[in-house]
Amino acid sequence: MFSFLYRAFFHFTNSRTNDTMAKFPGVDYFGFDGLLSEEEILVRNTVREFVDEKILPVIEQHNRAGTFPMDLVPAMADLGLFGSTLPQEYGCAGMNNVAYGLVMQELERGDSGVRSFASVQSALVMYPIHAYGSEEQKRTWLPLLARGETIGCFGLTEPDFGSNPGGMLTRAEETSDGYLLNGAKMWITNGTIAGLAVVWAKLNGVVNGFLVEKGTKGFSAPEMKGKHSLRASVTSELILQDVLVPKSNRLPGGSGLKLPLSCLSQARYGIAWGAIGAAMACYDSALNYSRTRLQFGKPIASFQMTQEKLVRMLVEITKSQAICLQLGRLKDAGKVRFQQVSLAKSNNVAVALEIARSARTILGANGILDEYPVMRHMANLESVLTYEGTHEMHTLIVGEDITGIPAFT
Amino acid sequence: MKVAVCINHVPDTETKVKVGPDGLAIDKTGVNFMLSPYDEFAVEEGLRIREKFRGEVVAISLGPESHKETLRKALAMGADRAVLLKDEGVRDSCGVAAGLADELKSLAPDVILFGKQSIDYDDGQVGTLVAEMLGLPSVSVVVKMDIQDGKVVCDREIEGGHETVETKLPAVFTAQKGLNDPRYPSLKGIMAAKTKPIEEKAALPAAVRVAAIRMRKPAAKNPGRIIGTDKSAVAELVRLLHEEAKVI
Repeated sequence: MFSFLYRAFFHFTNSRTNDTMAKFPGVDYFGFDGLLSEEEILVRNTVREFVDEKILPVIEQHNRAGTFPMDLVPAMADLGLFGSTLPQEYGCAGMNNVAYGLVMQELERGDSGVRSFASVQSALVMYPIHAYGSEEQKRTWLPLLARGETIGCFGLTEPDFGSNPGGMLTRAEETSDGYLLNGAKMWITNGTIAGLAVVWAKLNGVVNGFLVEKGTKGFSAPEMKGKHSLRASVTSELILQDVLVPKSNRLPGGSGLKLPLSCLSQARYGIAWGAIGAAMACYDSALNYSRTRLQFGKPIASFQMTQEKLVRMLVEITKSQAICLQLGRLKDAGKVRFQQVSLAKSNNVAVALEIARSARTILGANGILDEYPVMRHMANLESVLTYEGTHEMHTLIVGEDITGIPAFT
Repeated sequence: MKVAVCINHVPDTETKVKVGPDGLAIDKTGVNFMLSPYDEFAVEEGLRIREKFRGEVVAISLGPESHKETLRKALAMGADRAVLLKDEGVRDSCGVAAGLADELKSLAPDVILFGKQSIDYDDGQVGTLVAEMLGLPSVSVVVKMDIQDGKVVCDREIEGGHETVETKLPAVFTAQKGLNDPRYPSLKGIMAAKTKPIEEKAALPAAVRVAAIRMRKPAAKNPGRIIGTDKSAVAELVRLLHEEAKVI
């Protein structure tokens, strides 16, 4: 019943791994838990525990080595982290979007790369197959992807077409036995490890989605090396040279740029939540450090400048939480607008990055070591700020929305 | 095989608890609650028994409405149904055991599982008291269970080692850390738990035979003392460890 007894139980909370790492207490200054359902809280707490017990003990070594923790994929699948909002008939959990957001938050509290893995699998691979795939494509691929037996990737961005995907050069040509794909994609999360790629290519000038399986002749996915960011995540190129896929591999449910953009909107929604998790990890680390680090004979938490930094972090986390919770409720009610997702993604990632930098200053020189998670999150968030729609593009999307004048065409 | 798992809803292990204004109980403001960790082993063992022998796992908790949260977790892990024995009052271990025993009598499970203690009051009495009230054998602090033909062979943790014991079903078992590796509730399990029933009924009233009269936190530890910063301090350090702290 008393705290000293509780400390003695530390080992308990990590009973599955016998790891002595502290349990994350959460950040909830405004009592947002009171606005969550019992299931949403249980989902959040379960993934929180999983991150504490399985991801945090190994993430720094993967980050150093530049490897993704592949051995965690079966456990993530058992938990139901892939495609968790999709219906149960395809082997998924059928959760609402707020619960999905909380999953993303907790995963990114572990690492943006791990969250990216789940985001890509769920929002960029399973979502388009579910939304635009044939019944046969859904029955074939969704259960495999949900069980993590197939890893997916999403090929939209090209070396010369990032913010302007409509200019893509990748082409599909209809032949008697299928579609012939030619082109190159870049910055593709999971590309090298994926068994299935959702590739976007122009067919008669119109963007269409194609399912390309690993091992298809002419298709390769070399890994991009030398990253300073998202090191615990695989980033690849996709090279398509006369890749022939059968007719049944085109996503028949629509065409046009709006298809891949709708997937990105799903992923950005998860990123808005995920950024809160990275911010929480940095805030928690800085708060704990400041209480125990002594200078001039007292904890640095007692200095006004440190307190101001910590409070700014908490303020921004709290505002991000409010944004995401309402965004999720709107999404569950079918009322969300993509411009709102843009506001949430751009704000939450930008403040998370500021929080990471501020946390690093509280940790002083220790902040640059991988004994603490702060610098890893900071480096990761540099990618997150830019991918899935740059911070600048999201700003201009909201800018167009409120002025009625597009600034980027 | 029918398995009953009796579980408790306790303050989260990360909580820094404060004694409430009456000095008799903790201040629950801002305290998160969770399934007691030893009870988690009991739930997991119940699920494994069902996976092996079929049947059902019933999770039971005695306490206020808030215990439903913990019952929901047991359902999300895979329990088939739950019973909440509602009681808003203060009970001693005997009172909790009486309420649970009353329910278990009509449920008549083959296996009754508890955690070896709840990590709030740490009484460690309820499982054993229930066994006594029901006239059943009880095995406490179990780290291994093997059921075969109505017989159960258990390893118990004892000082410095393990003891292997045998008993017959029905019986009561209390789980110790090491019994198993509890599963995470899957997201599908959490969604499915929404549709599983939690039956609510009033707990059998019980007299309080042991009542708290005071609760306090342990005295704060004295701060450390720096004897010196170089090797000249060694002799003094050894003397103090020997004469004052009496540890060497």
